[in-house]
Amino acid sequence: MTFDYYPGCTLKTKAKELDIHARSAAEALGIKLEELTDWQCCGAVYPMAKDEIATRLSSVRALAASRDNGRDLLTLCSACHHVIKRVNNDMQTDEEIRTKVNNYMSPETEYHGETKVVHYLEMLRDTIGFDTIRQRAVKPLTGKKIGAYYGCLLLRPNKVMAFDNPENPTVLEDFIRALGAEPVIYPYRNECCGGYISLENNELSAKKCDQITVSALENKADMLITACPLCMYNLDANTNSEHKTKLPIVYFTELLAQVLDI
Amino acid sequence: MQRIGVFVCWCGTNIAATVDIDTVVEAMKREPGVVHSSDYQYMCSEAGQSRIRNAIKEHNLTGIVVCACSPRMHETTFRKAAKAAGLNEFMVEIANIREHCAWIHKDRTEATEKAVVLARTAVAKLNLNKPLTPGTSDVVKRALVIGGGIAGIQSALDIAEAGYQVDIVEKEPTIGGKMAQLDKTFPTLDCAACILTPKMVEAAQHDNINLITYSEVDSVSGFVGNFTVKIRKKARSVKADICSGCGICTEKCPSKKAKSEFNMGLNNRSAIYIPFAQAIPNVPVIDRDQCIKFKTGKCGLCAKVCPADAIDFSQQDEIIEQKYGAVVLATGFKPIKLDNFDEYSYAASQDVITSLELERIMNAAGPTGGKLLRPSDKKHPHTMVFVQCVGSRDTTGCGKTYCSKICCMYTAKHAMLIREKYPDIDVHVFYIDVRTPGKNFDEFYRRAAEDYGVNYIKGMVGKVAPTNGKLMVQGSDLIADRQVIIEADMVVLATAIEPDQTAKSLATMLTASIDTNNFFTEAHPKLRPVESPTAGVFLSGVCQGPKDIPETVAQASAAAVKVVGLLSKDKLVSNPCVAGSNELLCNGCSNCQHVCPYGAIDYVEKEFRINGKIKIRRVAQVNEAVCQGCGACTVVCPSGAMDLKGFTNQQIMAEVDAICR
Repeated sequence: MTFDYYPGCTLKTKAKELDIHARSAAEALGIKLEELTDWQCCGAVYPMAKDEIATRLSSVRALAASRDNGRDLLTLCSACHHVIKRVNNDMQTDEEIRTKVNNYMSPETEYHGETKVVHYLEMLRDTIGFDTIRQRAVKPLTGKKIGAYYGCLLLRPNKVMAFDNPENPTVLEDFIRALGAEPVIYPYRNECCGGYISLENNELSAKKCDQITVSALENKADMLITACPLCMYNLDANTNSEHKTKLPIVYFTELLAQVLDI
Repeated sequence: MQRIGVFVCWCGTNIAATVDIDTVVEAMKREPGVVHSSDYQYMCSEAGQSRIRNAIKEHNLTGIVVCACSPRMHETTFRKAAKAAGLNEFMVEIANIREHCAWIHKDRTEATEKAVVLARTAVAKLNLNKPLTPGTSDVVKRALVIGGGIAGIQSALDIAEAGYQVDIVEKEPTIGGKMAQLDKTFPTLDCAACILTPKMVEAAQHDNINLITYSEVDSVSGFVGNFTVKIRKKARSVKADICSGCGICTEKCPSKKAKSEFNMGLNNRSAIYIPFAQAIPNVPVIDRDQCIKFKTGKCGLCAKVCPADAIDFSQQDEIIEQKYGAVVLATGFKPIKLDNFDEYSYAASQDVITSLELERIMNAAGPTGGKLLRPSDKKHPHTMVFVQCVGSRDTTGCGKTYCSKICCMYTAKHAMLIREKYPDIDVHVFYIDVRTPGKNFDEFYRRAAEDYGVNYIKGMVGKVAPTNGKLMVQGSDLIADRQVIIEADMVVLATAIEPDQTAKSLATMLTASIDTNNFFTEAHPKLRPVESPTAGVFLSGVCQGPKDIPETVAQASAAAVKVVGLLSKDKLVSNPCVAGSNELLCNGCSNCQHVCPYGAIDYVEKEFRINGKIKIRRVAQVNEAVCQGCGACTVVCPSGAMDLKGFTNQQIMAEVDAICR
């Protein structure tokens, strides 16, 4: 199966590991990722203002291109996924936004939210299946206790993302089991790391990150995995060195590639 | 040819402000059959009615059209007025130019045009009306109350006191309902059991009340005054007539792993059990899913120890059939499931409980003997957090959109009782709004906040994180505009309430309507709040909408009055607008029989003389006493043999023609 792939700008710079291992693992699992040509940055923040059109355009361009290619659009970065899926929902449900965007872009065929946006984890779960990954595991992480860190963007708002229960998610835990490791359920796994607030009020972000790592450590996690470059940045920058040595944080695709022995 | 009078009502400015009355009056003068057309400010007033009566006599009218409000409002009024002037009451037609016209239009020209169309439609129909005479039917002087909580008990007691027989059908092994599970009641703090159990006993001992517990309604047929109800008596496996209620069986039962429903699963009960000490009837029931005898065939200890020899493993469900004149629905409520609210960690931590669970923990007869202990480690808590509106007033789709109404008051009660009994416990309450409209209610809440030092925080809780044996409660304080984190020992969720699951199937059986939340709908939200739109079916308690005990009792008594009013009649006037079959046209297809929701249509073999030969044909016949005049049969009849009196196909077509003219 072939997906159109939207890597996003962070995956080309700070979060290369997230991208590289995702590509190699997908290939090993028989999934072709076709990177969209001429994709633009999604803006990284979903515009809450209803009359804000310009910042929605880059997402719509990617979505419309994928529609023209006749493929589903696969995303990986939590922020990109969040922005693109929500903009797609706007194009499906909000007539005013839909009209303004189409008027501005004047595409050959108007875009009405036809493209299906799929996160890499959804592809693993629904297209490949975690059972297949378990069977294909060359170097399973037997005995490893891994905490999933979801962050806030990946699953919320639930009605739009339609991915997993945001208050008690299971997708990353099931993924961890497929890798042969034991998932650690800790209460702060779906709390916000502070996100962009770290630029303005780093103390607050540091407090949030500390809450997350301490909670994971208390519940005996050896390691954290995440799908979000921003979470990775905040947890890395704000966790004290003592905790960091006890609790390394990696992208989930790194572990996948490792288990598949790529 | 009819002699029709048209009467256009202004309804003050309700109609006159949007509809040009003169235009309507003048237009009607030109309609066929109309010999009189006039208007008045308030047609429903005595002066208005007397104008109608006088006009009927003066112009020798054969029928009248009143252009006014909805027929649901004043059809009866105008029929009575016409009858007083010697007219058949079914020669009255209402053109609804208020709700269907004046109230929903802004443009005067448009509204006036529509009012004219509605009026001439009514005239066209009336031209074909025939006088109808209502029949009568008998009233069975016995009432059925479905649900044996405080609502059902109160309704039954009031009906019984008026001298009528009442059966209470309760699905649980005992009557008492949710109120029996409560510890204290607001705003007076008297104990729920102390005020409820005497009523339970009174109901049980009343000569006119018959308790049918551990039973459910299986099917209902018939109509107002004459319902036939089949009730399934579930097998108790205990002979209720010889059991003395000594309780030895429950003590000796070796299977003690079932969760106690009465104590909200906080402790266990035996497989043979009496739900609680004051249960009525005081007869145990065997839970066959838990009983070793039923599961493996071995055991039977209860039968061995029973001094009365009352245990009967072979008992089967029994169906009893009974006739009733009226039915009271008192099916009550249950708290919602918390599956959609994982942020509160209800499933993740034993120390997060619902308010109903707290009632059991606080109760002297509860699982902890009334001591407030954390369920996880049985330790004394020092900090408690209450979260209100869990699932109520929810717009996310996870819970209910309505206010559950009782939670603000019972949370204030819980907070106050805890501070009174254990002053060392800090109590915090998160709320969206505190709603306390009720006699002495706001004073009660203020006492909790001001005298008992309960910390009320305006805002909601976003997360309860079980951490190192504590519960980290993360919420927002909207007044201080900051996040609050409270390290709590216990969290109590004021869980939304919803109608009991039996409401839906009962609504189907009784053709009583329910709303999108499965609450029973009342006949009129303001003026007929205890009647269902289905004649002979009445509503009592929370099955109609969230309410507290005083309101429930008031409504229960109101429903009883309506039942008594019905049962006190010897005959009921039946609606003459029923279906009838033209046997010459009927082709015997049975379509009408299949769609009839009331089972009012039978088929008979009948001799007909066709072209000089005798032929036997199968034709439909309507039982007029059972027919409710819904008209479903007239629509499915392929040969046009079925017709509804007062709404004949001809009349409907005349109306359509008048609209399209």
